[in-house]
Amino acid sequence: MGLMDLTALELGKKIKAGELTAMDAVEAALASIEEKEERLHSFLTVDPKGALEQAKAVQKRIETGELKGPLAGVPVAVKDNLCTRGMLTTCASRILYNFKPPYTAEAVANLQRAGGIVIGKTNMDEFAMGSTTETSAFGITRNPWNLEHVPGGSSGGSCAAVAARECPLSLGSDTGGSIRQPSSYCGVTGLKPTYGTVSRYGLVAYGSSLDQVGPIARDVSDCAALLEAIASYDRKDSTSVQRAEYDFTSALQEDVAGLRIGIPKDYFGEGLDAQVRNAILGAAKLLEKRGAILKEFDLGLVPYAIPAYYIISSAEASSNLARFDGIKYGYRAGEYEGLHSMYKRSRSQGFGAEVKRRIMLGSFVLSSGYYEAYYIKALKVKALIKEAFDRAFDHCDVILAPAAPSTAPKIGASLKDPLKMYLSDIYTVAANLAGLPGLSLPCKLDDKGLPIGLQLLGNCFQEKKIIRAGYTLEQALGGHFPAPKEVLKETGGKCHEQTV
Amino acid sequence: MDRVTDETIAYVGILAKLELSLEEAKQAKEDMNHMLEYMELLNDLDTEGVEPMSHVFPIQNVFREDVVENGDDREAILSNAPAKKEGSFLAPKTVEI
Repeated sequence: MGLMDLTALELGKKIKAGELTAMDAVEAALASIEEKEERLHSFLTVDPKGALEQAKAVQKRIETGELKGPLAGVPVAVKDNLCTRGMLTTCASRILYNFKPPYTAEAVANLQRAGGIVIGKTNMDEFAMGSTTETSAFGITRNPWNLEHVPGGSSGGSCAAVAARECPLSLGSDTGGSIRQPSSYCGVTGLKPTYGTVSRYGLVAYGSSLDQVGPIARDVSDCAALLEAIASYDRKDSTSVQRAEYDFTSALQEDVAGLRIGIPKDYFGEGLDAQVRNAILGAAKLLEKRGAILKEFDLGLVPYAIPAYYIISSAEASSNLARFDGIKYGYRAGEYEGLHSMYKRSRSQGFGAEVKRRIMLGSFVLSSGYYEAYYIKALKVKALIKEAFDRAFDHCDVILAPAAPSTAPKIGASLKDPLKMYLSDIYTVAANLAGLPGLSLPCKLDDKGLPIGLQLLGNCFQEKKIIRAGYTLEQALGGHFPAPKEVLKETGGKCHEQTV
Repeated sequence: MDRVTDETIAYVGILAKLELSLEEAKQAKEDMNHMLEYMELLNDLDTEGVEPMSHVFPIQNVFREDVVENGDDREAILSNAPAKKEGSFLAPKTVEI
């Protein structure tokens, strides 16, 4: 067993005890990345020199007793839409192909203050727009469980890296399911916090009213510890919420006695893979055996979440991505005639097809004559969806659901039909619209050997309830989910040609 | 009936500051018609009297004293500019003198 088979908390403990150093941990991560990257392509940038320098500094501060946190010395991968000072931050887009931010995102800075070590930046769908990591301008990422399948998205690189034991932890962002859905496809644990819990300062904006940064890890304990490290009130983010407390790890308890778990019947109907349904309902039974109270109910409005989400997120994206103009940073077209032609050509050559599709749609729904019919309508539906969750949380503590309608699809299968790709987010987008926290954790493998993810949703600021339920379920399922080692071994060295 | 015509695509292209090739414009028209048709599912819902919700939590303006907190980051910020001149971003000429 190598160091990368340890969880983040186990690794941090050994470093603290002096059994190994932060440099050992970083070197093990770099070796694992070196071995697997050719097959997986989880990373867009790996920074061996910078990571080892950080490790030396952290190690010194651990030895002087200055750094006492549980994650000190642990290597972490960061999604490439989080700014890292002096290190490439491309959002997997040609338009930011050479962007080195002059500052670091607050979530990453918090992580570094806790002694976490940034080892590199992970692949993603371009500007987080996609559900498979296939819209990246710099090549696809493969699912470590089966290299013919996608890792999900948009945080596909972050989830694949953790699943493949390239590093124990990563940061992702979730606008409509971009942490929870790839966590499900890759068999890892990911959490989208309540809106406003983790600062968005330095997160390249996609849909500002929906975006949240969150942790990705191998188990619920690591996930809670990483959330505790990155969450903070930040006056640099005007939507940051001052929470009463930032403790999440005290909820790591095996106890669901009396916990009311809602099972929305309309999340288990048509469109859900039978194996996924059985696995999720089987897991619910395990919680019931441990004292939880299962309550079936109708959530309502389920088919309306995706259209509302795409109107709102595309509208916000069209406004947020107006900043990419070829002047301040990134790509500028080589040939143009005057200012407007420079804007248009830089943007048209710099953005990929999916990003352009959403900017066009967003510009349309915000345009005069259509604003009321589409954008305002979607905001009203958002209010109704929030009310539906409020009603649900009147009679249950957490909601248990699938994270995605199926396990990971094959590479190339989703891009042909954008609407079909959008439907893979059907169980995740509502939490973003309503601002709720959601935890995705693996519960079983399907008959193809691909992981099935279960989602626990809580009411706003109720992360501790979903962490407690998730932790209990993880214990009931026998502790740690297995590693996709065999697949990595079997297909060793074989790299399939793929056009992106 | 198509919701989106060639003219709409041309107009949205101006709003979005995107220059689409003929092929791309054709595809965009098709995609957008397809997506808008799907999105009109929302019209099944009666939203009469519902207040549009832009943010989940009530948010208000956050004020602070007007004091400079950041340092002089001019060089760091300009280091990413595709073109610069004398400590400023260099853009194509916008006004004729």
